Amino acid sequence: MATAPPETAISVTGLRKSFGEHVVLDGLDLTVPAGTVYSLLGANGAGKSTTVRILSTLAASDGGSARVRGHDLASEPDAVRAAIGVTGQFSAVDSLLTGEENLLLMADLHHWPRRDGRRRVAELLRRFDLVDAARRPASTYSGGMRRRLDLAMTLVGDPQVIFLDEPTTGLDPRSRRAMWRIVRELVSTGVTVFLTTQYLEEADELADRIGVLHHGRLVAEGTAEELKRLVPGGHVLLRFADPTSLEDAERALDTSSRENGTLALRVPSDGGLRSLRAVLSRLDDRSIEVEELSVRTPDLDDVFLALTGQPGAEKVST
Amino acid sequence: MGTAPSLPGPAPAALRFHPLRDSATMSRRNLRHMLRYPSTTLVLVGMPIVFLLLFVYVFGGALGAGISEGPGGRSEYVTYVVPAILLMTIASTVQGTAISIAMDLTEGIIDRFRTMHIARVSVLTGHVVGSVIQAFLSLAIVMGVALLIGFRPGAGLGGWLATTGFLAVVTFALVWLSVALGQVSRSVETASNLPMPLILLPFLSSGFVPTDSMPAGLRWFAEYQPFTPIIETSRGLLMDQPVGHHGWVALGWCALIALGGYLWSRRLFGREHPS
Ligand SMILES: Nc1ncnc2c1ncn2[C@@H]1O[C@H](COP(=O)(O)OP(=O)(O)O)[C@@H](O)[C@H]1O
Ligand SMILES: [Mg+2]
Repeated sequence: MATAPPETAISVTGLRKSFGEHVVLDGLDLTVPAGTVYSLLGANGAGKSTTVRILSTLAASDGGSARVRGHDLASEPDAVRAAIGVTGQFSAVDSLLTGEENLLLMADLHHWPRRDGRRRVAELLRRFDLVDAARRPASTYSGGMRRRLDLAMTLVGDPQVIFLDEPTTGLDPRSRRAMWRIVRELVSTGVTVFLTTQYLEEADELADRIGVLHHGRLVAEGTAEELKRLVPGGHVLLRFADPTSLEDAERALDTSSRENGTLALRVPSDGGLRSLRAVLSRLDDRSIEVEELSVRTPDLDDVFLALTGQPGAEKVST
Repeated sequence: MGTAPSLPGPAPAALRFHPLRDSATMSRRNLRHMLRYPSTTLVLVGMPIVFLLLFVYVFGGALGAGISEGPGGRSEYVTYVVPAILLMTIASTVQGTAISIAMDLTEGIIDRFRTMHIARVSVLTGHVVGSVIQAFLSLAIVMGVALLIGFRPGAGLGGWLATTGFLAVVTFALVWLSVALGQVSRSVETASNLPMPLILLPFLSSGFVPTDSMPAGLRWFAEYQPFTPIIETSRGLLMDQPVGHHGWVALGWCALIALGGYLWSRRLFGREHPS
């Protein structure tokens, strides 16, 4: 049987899934190189969880094929399960057990020898800042602690490919940052992470590559930088102390436009140092004082808006 | 070959399943639940005890007079009703099984198990082993109460062993049925209601009053439903009396229920669960 090159962790071709009449995935194609973070970005209901459920063997697809670490999802689900770890959108911990017991349960199911299992569990508790809560039932955990325990349980088996479905949805900013740190650490150990999010900022922070899921397909894919280049809208905003400076500057810079009702000018720019220097030296030549300068590059919100015609989810508060 | 880090797939050995080991792990998990929350067991065992006391002390005098000509009354009725109460104890325990399966499903932990490389059936066998142990704990408690209030079985050691073995078979069958019922339930409430017939069926059997005291239609039902031969068999074994054809009929029903419950459970477990 032909297998994908080992450098590819996940490859998906023409994946389709419908619920009755409702087409959720309409020919999804994507490839995730091993050791990278791929972020599937989409609004609520776009089909992110459906994709994760199919790729993690929880649900069957209606068409297309997918391989995880070279193993075909349909014909070798056992090999896929042995290679992956999944933290779903909704918590999958045993709330009647303590955090430590949950982790030991995972160690037993992975057939770790008793001592190794205990050592590993202790290490995960430390790493996920759960030592103090280790002996408390998981039902008493906060949302952030539950999420961390959930992910720690996923890591007990040393998975090579990890699926994280909206790992920070509903978390407070501090827990969200803690989760981001954990994901970054994971990637530094060489595992592949496939994460879904509604938060543009999160994809920007964590992902090597981002796929934008809309109407069952990827409408754009690339690095955050590449996606940002897809949409125009980068500019420099110059603010002046008085109308005279504003008018002088307007004369000096031929492509600028006024910001309505303020003493500010908007100058198209790619945000690069060279174009910025050109603008500033023109103003300098004419001794025009700039009171305030800000550079605005398009962010993923702009990308999302341009690609899907809808605004992304609310920005992450930081 | 080059020095690029290779990413070997898991060795075939890593793909071997360990159903016994995984079942033991899952059973430990369910026993831990039970020990951590003993109130669950107490509630489950409370119901049959309440019925036992109710039937013996409230109705026992009148019913006892009805089942025998002698002056025995209440004390004779204790002996008559205990097998039905034992069955009710098992039914009550498996109602707990259905609830804990449904809770697992709503918790999402079963989805985690499904994405792991473990022997799938172990998730279910863990519940089965846990419930069988819980049922025996409950049966011991109920039997203790029954002995306290005057139950005097005639069985010798052999009879007790046979009773224990027989009740184990019954428990095993009803637990598998309940594992399926817990899975078809979409909610914990449904899961606690679906096994209700198991609690009620003993009333429509020879458990509380002899079937020949019932009107024709009901009597026909009572004689042919599985709980009558099951109760008659336990009664015979406990009282050291011949069980006759009831024993085989009861075992046949148990085999049927166990197999049906097992196959149904496996099928349900293989099914896709909507998130
Ligand atoms: N089991 C299901 N049955 C019917 N519809 C479903 C089911 N699961 C998901 N859907 C529908 O599929 C669409 C995509 O869902 P989902 O993958 O959960 O989206 P996301 O995770 O991106 O928010 C939604 O419209 C949802 O209602
Ligand atoms: Mg989702």
